[in-house]
Amino acid sequence: MMLYLAVGCGAAIGALTRYLSAPMLMALFGLGPLWATGFVNVAGSFIIGLFATVTGPDGRWLVKPATRQFVMSGFCGGLTTFSAMSLDTFTLAADGNWAAAGVYLGLSVALSLAAVWLGRILALRINR
Amino acid sequence: MVLDLAACMLVFAGGFLGGILRFAISGIVARRIGETFPWGTLVVNVTGDMVIGGLAGAAATAGGALATAAFREFAVVGILGGYTTVSSFALQTLSLAVDGEQLRAALNVVVSTALGVAAVGIGFVLSAQLLA
Repeated sequence: MMLYLAVGCGAAIGALTRYLSAPMLMALFGLGPLWATGFVNVAGSFIIGLFATVTGPDGRWLVKPATRQFVMSGFCGGLTTFSAMSLDTFTLAADGNWAAAGVYLGLSVALSLAAVWLGRILALRINR
Repeated sequence: MVLDLAACMLVFAGGFLGGILRFAISGIVARRIGETFPWGTLVVNVTGDMVIGGLAGAAATAGGALATAAFREFAVVGILGGYTTVSSFALQTLSLAVDGEQLRAALNVVVSTALGVAAVGIGFVLSAQLLA
């Protein structure tokens, strides 16, 4: 019950952060909604990679299971979105922009994987 | 930049529900099928993709309440955004690769993305046909 509440609260904060990041990226850098989705997915992947390893079995930072789930399944899960990424890809492809759809999906996934890996590498250094 | 408090609350509430739904469903799937492959996250992402495609198709065909900003903020940005996840997908893919399961890691990436986009299309076409 406590875990579910932790995940729900984390996801709510993550989702709100995702929602607010779009107008912020637009105001600061003039970047559109596709960039915003890509940005939150990469950022959330980095944070989960870092946090999972820092608070893992060999990690330097011991946290309660509820805290771990609040950040990982909650905040990072709520911040990132697979559905918006897939819908954007489908919309681009349906409009005939096949190349853009492929580049968008490929880059989103590749950069998210690179980010989670980078977070883990950084955490392993912190754990040392 | 104008902040709409009502919109923020809809996203917040939707994200809360979506996150809990993801945690519950991915947990059930993982326990039932096993945790050697991230089936839980795959099921969550593909089902969420099908629903988002369905809602996009419904908004485009039927319009009405489904096409309003409030519905989008609560159901699409909030619930579905909170329900689906890239971070767990990325973390579980990395875990497979680090554990020497490169093939499963690659398979997870290909299957998740391909099924995900296909699910959006299926949801879109189904709802457009049902409501047309």
